[in-house]
Amino acid sequence: MLSADLLANAVVAGILLGGFYAAVAIGLAIVFGQLDIVNIAHPAFIIVGAYVAYILNSLFGFDPVLTGLAAAPAFFLCGALVYRIYFLAFERTGQESLSGLAFFFGVMFIIEVSLILVYGVDYRLVQAGYIGQTWTIGFVDLPLRMLVPCAISVALTLGVYLYMSRTFMGRAIQAVAQDRLALQLMGADPVRIKQWAFGLGIATAAIAGSLLIVIGPVEPSVGRLYIGRAFAIVVLGGMGSIPGMFVAALLLGVIESIVATFFGPSWAPAVSFGVLGLTLALRPAGLFGRS
Amino acid sequence: MSGELLRVSGLTKRFGGFVALDRVSLAVRSGERLGLIGPNGSGKTTLINCISGALYNDEGTVEFEGRDVTRLPPFERARAGIARSFQIPKPFRSMTVLDNLRVPLEYAAWERTEHGGTAGEAMRVLELIGLAARAHEDSAKLTQVDMRKLELARALAAKPRLLISDEAMAGLSSTEVDEVLGILRRLNETGITIIMIEHIMHAVMRFSERVVCLDAGQVICEGAPRAIVNDPGVQRAYLGA
Amino acid sequence: MRPAPFWGSLIAALVAGVVLTETVANEYTYNALYVVLQAMLMAIAWNILGGFTGYVNFGSAGFFAVGAYTTVALHKGFGLPLPLMILAAAVVCGLIGLGLGYLTLRLKGVYFAIATLAMAIVIETLVNNWSYVGGAKGYYVLTPEQHLWFDSYIQMLFMVMLLLTLAAVAVSRALSSSRLGRGLAAIRDDEVAAECAGVPTLRLKLVSTTVMGAMMGVAGAPFPYFVTFVDPLSAFNLFIAVNAIAMPMIGGTAHWLGPVVGAVLVGSVQEVVKVNVSSELNVLLVGIMLVAFITLAPQGIVGLARGYLRRRAP
Repeated sequence: MLSADLLANAVVAGILLGGFYAAVAIGLAIVFGQLDIVNIAHPAFIIVGAYVAYILNSLFGFDPVLTGLAAAPAFFLCGALVYRIYFLAFERTGQESLSGLAFFFGVMFIIEVSLILVYGVDYRLVQAGYIGQTWTIGFVDLPLRMLVPCAISVALTLGVYLYMSRTFMGRAIQAVAQDRLALQLMGADPVRIKQWAFGLGIATAAIAGSLLIVIGPVEPSVGRLYIGRAFAIVVLGGMGSIPGMFVAALLLGVIESIVATFFGPSWAPAVSFGVLGLTLALRPAGLFGRS
Repeated sequence: MSGELLRVSGLTKRFGGFVALDRVSLAVRSGERLGLIGPNGSGKTTLINCISGALYNDEGTVEFEGRDVTRLPPFERARAGIARSFQIPKPFRSMTVLDNLRVPLEYAAWERTEHGGTAGEAMRVLELIGLAARAHEDSAKLTQVDMRKLELARALAAKPRLLISDEAMAGLSSTEVDEVLGILRRLNETGITIIMIEHIMHAVMRFSERVVCLDAGQVICEGAPRAIVNDPGVQRAYLGA
Repeated sequence: MRPAPFWGSLIAALVAGVVLTETVANEYTYNALYVVLQAMLMAIAWNILGGFTGYVNFGSAGFFAVGAYTTVALHKGFGLPLPLMILAAAVVCGLIGLGLGYLTLRLKGVYFAIATLAMAIVIETLVNNWSYVGGAKGYYVLTPEQHLWFDSYIQMLFMVMLLLTLAAVAVSRALSSSRLGRGLAAIRDDEVAAECAGVPTLRLKLVSTTVMGAMMGVAGAPFPYFVTFVDPLSAFNLFIAVNAIAMPMIGGTAHWLGPVVGAVLVGSVQEVVKVNVSSELNVLLVGIMLVAFITLAPQGIVGLARGYLRRRAP
């Protein structure tokens, strides 16, 4: 019943999956974890990224991962624009809580329905050389369609982490989160910094989307499943902590993989929300969070 | 006759590694006018938050009218008779000035109020504070001064035994300061114990029977206003060594 | 609104409904009206927690679906009459609202909103896996034979929904101008100040989630009889959830009339678009209207109207 073989594969698959989940959550870790902007439309942007990769792949045969990287700047600008609207309508007037949430909900909804209108509800997938292959180490399988996204995701997470801790802009973003007034007194414009941060978050969505469609087929409503995962990871990891987020992503991936293997995949969506719920109930600061 | 109303014993509050209040002990007599002073960051507002329940202290106790209220949630303390105004006014923005007062009347003061007569009582409080003319105006559109008065009015509407005024006079002109002082005096005459946190020294000195000075989370001096002003410790705290 | 005109309007609406059932036989009319009324009831319910108390619920579809599936489960097990189903749905969903609130209302509003989304998805997953009510394959409900004195079953369903919705309007209005309503508004405006003014914020928030949950369950209870085939996809529909948010926000969240106005406006537009253009575009339209209104006119239609009237008054 409980074979070591099956368990080992479930765990490994979970680690690979969790590594990928980090790419999903990193954008939200910046925007929500650091800046408290509840962008529940973040997964919807990821799906858009997936579709962009799909389009360029089916039309020109471009490699999806490279497409993701290439599309990132455009997504950055898009994110900056969305933030600008959000700021003008809500942050400036102090209405963040109720209306801001509804705003992003509406944006998420518009994105999903627009995709359905244009592409329908059929699953879309990409073709790439490495998607069918699997490396095998002992009795453990490492499908490349999981391994490659995991590797890219780890690189992305590391890159963003270094950016946030080593560059001026990255530190400015952290400063905005912690002491807005002090930042203003130092001559930096908090709004522009937040705009940059939001753009950065959406840019990661482009990459995450391309990785997503490598892992498996995508259709518009898939985004909603990732809302729970993304928020669960950011909260579990501790708001504002990127290393914490990464650990949480791995944890979630492993738990989901084990549940899917032993109880069936239809229970997977409940896992992330269950984890989120437990975290909020028992230890809202997360594993590594500031209080 | 005038017994002890509030006793704070060994109150300690930490924020992470920072100790905001360090074994603060303080007793307030019923009917007293107590001034609470101290430089910025000395813990005055934190102390108020712990007394009113907005924050829970880590160590020590808060006793009100002989009852241990240390773990009571804020709304129960309000019902028991502890009211406070906020340093930065927090009006109920979607409501008129009058309705702002109905909330504490209908909740904190519910047992002390005639049910159904709250609108009338609210008007009386507004008259006492001097805001009656603005009763049906949007509370969000008040001037700074009037918002401060609304804060006091709302605290008063809770029919408290203890009223804590947190820097109600910051930024006001001297006439306005006199106005607010007058209101607080009149309230005290009706039997309400008042703790006043203020930076405006002459106001504190004129108003208080006794003054307590905090610095870096500790009580460094307590006594009559004149004695406090001359205390070297207090002078050091405010002016530096 | 003064009591007399209010109750007069409610009775007039009820009478209009009865007259309609006597004069119009076209089933499409009742279908369309049922949909709008259902949406209105959901909007009113949402607004009790969203507009009155200030906590956003993204999981409205969850409550609605539980109401529908309570009917399914009871229909399969006991074949109870509709009024009892509605009552049962109210109780079950009220309890879920209470439970959800108890678990999450101590946290910031943001986390509550995400938790409601979580709840909806978790419940959907549970229902998907519950074969007693058909699981993912769905469940068929045969239209009952008896429809009292009405010409058709859909006419009766319409009247049921009309009654329920009018009751919800009355409850909502009573709530908003009561002591409880002022307490909720205080929580919405400034929860810390409310607590210090003696408002038992957690308790009131729980009342709010319970009432909202119960109302949404009631909205969902007759749904299986309306659609005759219930499956998780149709019951947990995102469209229902978005409408529940969009209608109050477009109509105006601060006033009990807001969800009513929003439902009538948005619902009518949706029917027109659905019939003349397409039902997918319909869905997109709601999203765009929602975003447009909350960015440009956050006080909603009723808010705009009141501002206009106030400026005109001397």
